[in-house]
Amino acid sequence: MPVKAAAQIVVVGGGPAGLAAAASAAECGKRVLLLDENPLPGGQIWRAKNGTITAEAEGWRQRAQAAGVEWRGGRQAVAAATGQLWLEHAGGVEVAAWEELILATGARELLLPFPGWTLPNCCGAGGLQALVKAGLEIRDKRVLVAGSGPLLMAVAAFLRQQGARVLLIAEQAPAGQVAAAALHLPPAKLRQAWQLRRATRGVPFLAGCWVEAAEGRQQLERVRLRRGVRRWSLECDYLACGFGLTPNSELGQLLGCALTAEAGIAVNRWQQTSVEHIWCAGEAAGIAGVEAAWRSGEIAGYAAAGRQERTAPLLARRDREQQSSQRLLRRLAPRAELRALAQDTTWLCRCEDVTVGEARPYANWREAKLQTRCGMGACQGRICGAAARFLWGWQINAARPPILPARVGTLAQAAPAPSISTEVTV
Amino acid sequence: MPERVRVKVNGRELEMPAEASVAAALMSAGVSGLRRSRTGEPRGPVCGMGVCMECRVRVDGRAHQRACQFSCREGMEIECR
Ligand SMILES: Cc1cc2nc3c(=O)[nH]c(=O)nc-3n(C[C@H](O)[C@H](O)[C@H](O)COP(=O)(O)OP(=O)(O)OC[C@H]3O[C@@H](n4cnc5c(N)ncnc54)[C@H](O)[C@@H]3O)c2cc1C
Ligand code: FES
Repeated sequence: MPVKAAAQIVVVGGGPAGLAAAASAAECGKRVLLLDENPLPGGQIWRAKNGTITAEAEGWRQRAQAAGVEWRGGRQAVAAATGQLWLEHAGGVEVAAWEELILATGARELLLPFPGWTLPNCCGAGGLQALVKAGLEIRDKRVLVAGSGPLLMAVAAFLRQQGARVLLIAEQAPAGQVAAAALHLPPAKLRQAWQLRRATRGVPFLAGCWVEAAEGRQQLERVRLRRGVRRWSLECDYLACGFGLTPNSELGQLLGCALTAEAGIAVNRWQQTSVEHIWCAGEAAGIAGVEAAWRSGEIAGYAAAGRQERTAPLLARRDREQQSSQRLLRRLAPRAELRALAQDTTWLCRCEDVTVGEARPYANWREAKLQTRCGMGACQGRICGAAARFLWGWQINAARPPILPARVGTLAQAAPAPSISTEVTV
Repeated sequence: MPERVRVKVNGRELEMPAEASVAAALMSAGVSGLRRSRTGEPRGPVCGMGVCMECRVRVDGRAHQRACQFSCREGMEIECR
């Protein structure tokens, strides 16, 4: 099929990392194409309410535009091979040719299974936030925010500002670890945390507390909570429950890039992956927060443009950000008790309805997939793969094209590419 | 007042805000189960960002459309179960 777009450098993902990478590379005089499945740039954090972008995203967008970056929204990279990328959009499919590829695909929430987690109105924490930003009316709704990580406080503050009745913030990490994590925050982050806490004044924050089960008939009605030996129930309309983030590394896996132990795309000091001409920036390489994301984006952009000398002033800042995030995340690591929540009858794979008990007996992810079809459905294991990794330590390295359910037409048109299967999974 | 559009949800006419995603609009209207799982359980939006696939509905005859990924349009026919 004809190549529709070509650039010296193609950047996948228009969040903080991708915007910074594209702007930096273009400022070095390269022809840069920046694409994202969303219609507007900004990624996860710079997504404003009701289809607009925030001031930060607008600043970066302008910088990218001034440097001559070509922006293409509404395009999802569904398959890739050396020098080529298959993009699906509303009107069909196109191929983009690249000389250097920068993956800035970000991260998604880590969702862990517990009885009832598939009931309607049980959402991710960032998930419920995204839905409210997309227009979900949350005023006066009773919401429980639970799981782990700095996102919980941000989500609780946001929901409350939107008029929700946030009943409780339940952080699974023990109080001692939460306090230690707070004490070691850099001053700017500590101030931010303090502001978020003030914005959630009056909402109890319980450390060492987690959701044991969600209950209801057709949708969520109540949540069963546990803290130490205490167990109780709480009636609510929505559960916003997430356990931090996990990298979107599928595109990199497809291209043969090596992964880190934390399932991110492995990179060297200049954000270069194990595969020549492929770079990775932001949270696709590892979870480290927004500032590390855009700094690593700048580094990747300069390095991919062959101007490594420009990265010198950025490296130390990026490293500091990454180290401080890693320390924080180690302290908030999910506790062992969470593994015991998933019962044999609890769903593991939502797409194919495979239970934890059905998948557990297998030696690894590959065998479980072949025997039970878990991870073979529409989401291609994005949710259950990360859960299986947490439950049983399985390595989830099974991205296969297309990495997202593509239309039959996309696949047919892409057929000449050797790595493209024609299996459709929706 | 945000602009509103009329859509049909399982044949029933509903008014929805034009800029809201279909997933958000359906949830706001009290429709929490957007699809049935393989074993027939109701499922609804989880991630709000196109990843979990739990929000799939039929739109204007096209199956498996992620309701969190597009907005309501006048006259749109949505089928969910
Ligand atoms: C749901 C959620 C909520 C969050 N909320 C907060 C918050 O409130 N406060 C906070 O400080 N941090 C928050 N974070 C973390 C913050 O978003 C990140 O630190 C930061 O956005 C990382 O930037 P990034 O550029 O690496 O990735 P992202 O911002 O995630 O950008 C990645 C982009 O790549 C695109 N993409 C991915 N795959 C493809 C593909 N195959 N084809 C085309 N495009 C693709 C995505 O659409 C996305 O726009 C949140 C994260 C998530 C996942
Ligand atoms: S809510 Fe997850 S894909 Fe739409």
